[in-house]
Amino acid sequence: MQGWHLTPMEWEALGLSLRVSFLAVAVSLPAGIGAAWILSRCRFPGKGLLDGFIHLPLVLPPVVTGYLLLVLLGRKGIIGGFLYNTFGITLAFTWKGAAVAAAVMAFPLLVRAVRLSADAVDAGLEDAARTLGAGRMRIFFTITLPLMVPGIITGTILAFARSLGEFGATITFVSNIRGETQTLPLALYSLTQVPDGEAGALRLCIISVVLAMTALVLSEWMARRFDTLMKG
Amino acid sequence: MTAANAVTDGSKNSGITKNSVDVRVQKQQGEFYLDVSFTAEQAGVTALFGPSGAGKTSVVNMVAGLYRPDRGRITIKDRCCFDGEKGIHLPPEKRRIGYVFQEARLFPHLTVHANLIFGMNRQKPSDRFVGVDPVVALLGIESLLKRRPARLSGGEKQRVAIGRALLCSPDLLLMDEPLASLDQARKEELLPFIRALSTRFRIPILYVSHQMEEIACVADSLVRLENGRVTDHTPVSRNNMPCPGMPGTCRPRTGDRIPGSRDTGRFPWDDHP
Repeated sequence: MQGWHLTPMEWEALGLSLRVSFLAVAVSLPAGIGAAWILSRCRFPGKGLLDGFIHLPLVLPPVVTGYLLLVLLGRKGIIGGFLYNTFGITLAFTWKGAAVAAAVMAFPLLVRAVRLSADAVDAGLEDAARTLGAGRMRIFFTITLPLMVPGIITGTILAFARSLGEFGATITFVSNIRGETQTLPLALYSLTQVPDGEAGALRLCIISVVLAMTALVLSEWMARRFDTLMKG
Repeated sequence: MTAANAVTDGSKNSGITKNSVDVRVQKQQGEFYLDVSFTAEQAGVTALFGPSGAGKTSVVNMVAGLYRPDRGRITIKDRCCFDGEKGIHLPPEKRRIGYVFQEARLFPHLTVHANLIFGMNRQKPSDRFVGVDPVVALLGIESLLKRRPARLSGGEKQRVAIGRALLCSPDLLLMDEPLASLDQARKEELLPFIRALSTRFRIPILYVSHQMEEIACVADSLVRLENGRVTDHTPVSRNNMPCPGMPGTCRPRTGDRIPGSRDTGRFPWDDHP
């Protein structure tokens, strides 16, 4: 064994994991903020249903979510077929599909965190902004969104961590293809299935811990920066 | 108000009529029935006075557009903001009002300066009748401009809130118990500013309070609310009632108006005390 040096397979897994997680967070963040704001501020029939639907991936077995994604987004699925025929996009068994799986799994965590912070924004401040002549859009972008930043930081980190660790939905939806969909957890799993894989598994394990810690420290730092700013 | 106030300064403000704010609203709130009507004059402080639960804040929120009456009509400076029969209900952002809330409600992530210009920024310069500098000077908040609200005292917050509302150049200034959360010393510090607003700017102020001393100090007329009804609407004679810690502020108010000041955003008497 080559000790602390990563094999090409492990490098690929690391790079792919980061790529998948960043894409997953980038895609789900705006949607998550929107969903959190709607759940926090709007009242409409069927809101409970929307809430439940958003939280479904949190309570469903990940393999079930992955299978549903495969059924819906596979090339013969309702949405997947449309995407393939219209735009030529294939999600199943590609790294983009892995990002979709990670985004879907991380979405409820993101929405929960952001919604808490949206709930914490005093509606009185929004009323005050209205009396100062600001319309809905301006209030959202100048008052509500900036005050939601702590929750957005937390939600982003949670979503990123969840994406890095996504396993069940990913392997079901996009399989375990080296260099295409074999993210860190899948590579780690594969290494535990072969003889002499322990060293590689340990390396990936350490990388995962370092990544998670870095993300956590970064979010703490950003939250503190925000706090200092508010007290200035 | 006296005839002197109705005289325009010969410029853009000639559209002002005697009765600047006309409120007639009805609303069923559970068991509570609110039926209030009164008129406020164009440049004075009208106090809404009454015990807790009399409906004072509801009325102010209706005038602000934050709360919708069932029936009635609200006009501000001849502009219809609400008409139950015609189905008119202007949102707060279109009413050209300034609202000073009891708990200041400054935006915590913005500096004092950014708070002050939040409303002003959205307005056409031609609609503004006051600029940042005179307001900052009037309220004595020069040294606070770069701070964030977390580092302000209660009285300072309230002064910034008053400045912020004033800087949107409103047709009507609403103040909902702006001093209620302050101690006596802070109240005495702020009362002169409110007094000064009504004498220096030609805007009607609707001032909610349940403190008679405050009203005696700042108000020109008093609307007494009880149980959702107006029980009394009388002028307040303030001249023989000096405000605590503010000599000279209760002088007659007709003499100290300088023509043209409203348009330039500058206050000549600041230079000639």
